Amino acid sequence: MKWYIIKRLAMLVPVMLGVSIIAFSLIHLAPGDPARTMLGERATQEQLNEIREKYGLDKPIYVQYGIWLNGVLHGDLGRSITTHEEVAKEIGDRFPNTVELTIAAMIFAIIVGVFAGIISATKQYSITDYTFMGVALFGISMPVFWLGIMLMMIFGVFLGWLPIGGRIDLLIPFQRVTGFMVFDSIITGNFPALISVLRHLILPAIALGTIPMAMIARVSRSSMLEVLRQDFIRTERAKGLSERMVIYKHAVRNAMVPVVTVIGLNVGLLLAGAILTETVFSWPGIGRLVVNAVYERDYPLVVGCILVFAIAFVIVNLITDILYTRIDPRIQYE
Amino acid sequence: MNNKKVGLLAIGMCLLMIAASFSGCVTEEESEEMVLIFGSSGDAKRLDPGDVTDGESIQRMDNIFEGLVEYEPDSTEIKPCLATSWNTSEDGLNITFNLRHDVKFHDGTDFDADAVVFSLARQYDTTHAYHDYGEWAYWGYMFSDIDRVEKIDDYTVKIVLKRTNAAIMTSLAMFTVCIVSPTNAEEWGEDVFKHPSGTGPFKFVEWVKDDHITLEANDDYWREKPKLDKLIFRVIEDASARLMALQTNEIQGMEYPDPSSFDAIEADSDLQLLTEPGMNVGYLAINCGYGYTDSNENGAHDLDEPWIETPGYSEPLTNKKVRQAINYAIDKNSIVDNLYKGTAVVAKNGMPPFMLGYNDDIEDYSYDPAEATKLLTEAGYPNGFTSTLWVMPVSRPYMFDPSKIGEAIQGYLAAVNITVEIYQVDWSTYLEKTEAGEHPMCLLGWSGDNGDPDNFMNVLYGENACSIGTAGNVAFYNNSRVQEVLSAALQTYDTTERANYYEEAQVLLHENASHVYLAHSNQNIVFTSNVHGYVLHPTSRKFFYPVTIE
Repeated sequence: MKWYIIKRLAMLVPVMLGVSIIAFSLIHLAPGDPARTMLGERATQEQLNEIREKYGLDKPIYVQYGIWLNGVLHGDLGRSITTHEEVAKEIGDRFPNTVELTIAAMIFAIIVGVFAGIISATKQYSITDYTFMGVALFGISMPVFWLGIMLMMIFGVFLGWLPIGGRIDLLIPFQRVTGFMVFDSIITGNFPALISVLRHLILPAIALGTIPMAMIARVSRSSMLEVLRQDFIRTERAKGLSERMVIYKHAVRNAMVPVVTVIGLNVGLLLAGAILTETVFSWPGIGRLVVNAVYERDYPLVVGCILVFAIAFVIVNLITDILYTRIDPRIQYE
Repeated sequence: MNNKKVGLLAIGMCLLMIAASFSGCVTEEESEEMVLIFGSSGDAKRLDPGDVTDGESIQRMDNIFEGLVEYEPDSTEIKPCLATSWNTSEDGLNITFNLRHDVKFHDGTDFDADAVVFSLARQYDTTHAYHDYGEWAYWGYMFSDIDRVEKIDDYTVKIVLKRTNAAIMTSLAMFTVCIVSPTNAEEWGEDVFKHPSGTGPFKFVEWVKDDHITLEANDDYWREKPKLDKLIFRVIEDASARLMALQTNEIQGMEYPDPSSFDAIEADSDLQLLTEPGMNVGYLAINCGYGYTDSNENGAHDLDEPWIETPGYSEPLTNKKVRQAINYAIDKNSIVDNLYKGTAVVAKNGMPPFMLGYNDDIEDYSYDPAEATKLLTEAGYPNGFTSTLWVMPVSRPYMFDPSKIGEAIQGYLAAVNITVEIYQVDWSTYLEKTEAGEHPMCLLGWSGDNGDPDNFMNVLYGENACSIGTAGNVAFYNNSRVQEVLSAALQTYDTTERANYYEEAQVLLHENASHVYLAHSNQNIVFTSNVHGYVLHPTSRKFFYPVTIE
């Protein structure tokens, strides 16, 4: 197992190299010029030349890649063309926000999704089943943008229960330590900040978690149905185990392998930028960062973000694979 | 951690979140401070006044920094700020400023002549130790007539010009030439853009990227202390989310409201919508066919630079009557009412009506398809012709919804037998190619920088601006008389004489119909009704110094 993990982590190197080459080529091949985007209607030829020279944009693409790769090997992802900030800092400022939102969304999605899936499976073709699966279908079909606005209108404007967006009530003093605001407010013992941060987390987490929740519910249901028809379940029932024990102790665990796959894929996707949710809820995350960087042809920032996404995706997949072995001892890696 | 513990932790987190949702009152502590949270549509890029071009950065910095002179609150007339007075030499090439003695930067440094020289020299002097820390985009564009800045004594500086420039004083009220603390710049070096220190009414406190920037009142301000204790710019990109945050009082002001929400805003007694004419123009430029290559890159057309066909040359459009016909064929009123949703006024000249030298005597081309058809017949195109209209891929303050405006124009021209195909490309390529004259017709426009007519007329309509590759005059209308009067206007300090020159240029432009001026769009801003004292400035810059909350 240890070797398996080391092998998988070692594979990150060629994956990163490939991803960086593809990302670098794609963004450079796309039409548009960062110097022109930066200066807009007010560009003089002299300034355009100066900026292109300063950022090496006048060099052939392979030379630009070489310079960039050399920087990365020395731990330097470069500076953003538009903000002049270090790319690592730009990403580091946003990544904790995206991670917190993803975790909150997945907690919502897993708890509601798995629970709904189990209930639906155990009460197949009942009204409860149809209701849950109807809600799941609704959840998958809803555009996140629309759902976000609706949640804001209902819980923010009409009921006034929850804030419209942002991360925290800006009038509450807050000390940043790690950037993970829930964690920071706990370790600094700032209870008002913790409450405010959690209140700001609820609506975006629901908006972002609804689609994964629906997917998890549907996969849990079908997987449970399959397991419930297997011989060992019949044996357990015949042995006189209570229905609750049969389902929650034996069936659920066996049904979880495909569910974990769906969860893993979704965590990866959400980490790679929940752009719509972040925009609607003014969430300062990495999704908004990368989209704005693409608009502005901020090459170093775009490539930096894509690298982080790729690393996150690979690691989440690795964790998913390891989780399989915990759930199903029959799965083993050499 | 076993499964049970994980489950309990997850359930605990959920319960905490549910509890939190019902405990809003805990966080809403009554604050004694007067705080205004303003909803911005995007985050600032950098907080160094010399080194930015985007409105969001400028918005923050206008409240942190000040220049030698500043605008009157509601016009582009200038008045003293960090300079108490100034005088211009007879030849107009030297401007000497006397500086205030009682001003300190937010970091405690004294404001003096050294700070002025530092702030400006780092932008133009390529050997300056801090020159490489910025792009200084506006300097090259607006201040290239300044040769150097000299310190005369601790509180006197002289700006030496390469040539007379009547617009320079209004330009000196721009953010680009705001004065920064040299000590602060030395302390932070390359990262000074994250740690702004000026002399303005508000001091920088905190910047959380993509979330908010907090400023607080400068207690040592050389004028009366601002009434707001704190000013927070919060980023809310989506316009409908911004409005909801305003309705719930999470923010007290917001920019760029969606015009479709104006009725709802006006019906809400807790909100107030402020509207003023904007300093901009949106137009359809018709490529007149000829430009020049600015081989010596001096920004002017010289005798050894011949007129050559632009890549987008189109025979019919070189004919004045055809261009006039296009002007007659388009119903601008309808475009303004329906596509600018009434938040603009119809334009008949290439600069806003409130500016010096605006020629109100010009009678605009009316919407008259019959006259258009007649002119086309006279020009030799009784059956019309085909052409291409380039349509901007992005919305700008001067052009809401360019795609729909393009389609409307396509429809109007089809009605007089001009078949137009629409062409769209990404924004930076669009700018690059229209400046190279690759389009037969294109939509574009301009938002003014400094409030001087030269910043519209010379930039957009002069012969010098017809250089292929960097053209500002994307209609490539080259008229030597127009350039003559525009250059003369820039060299005279007599405002009546200047106004006359600009009026003459507008007559010539109207007659030759190189553009269809579509609209001057308004600037709109919304506040909660208890916010007072905010004045919309014609340049769209946002000054919160006089603002108070009831």
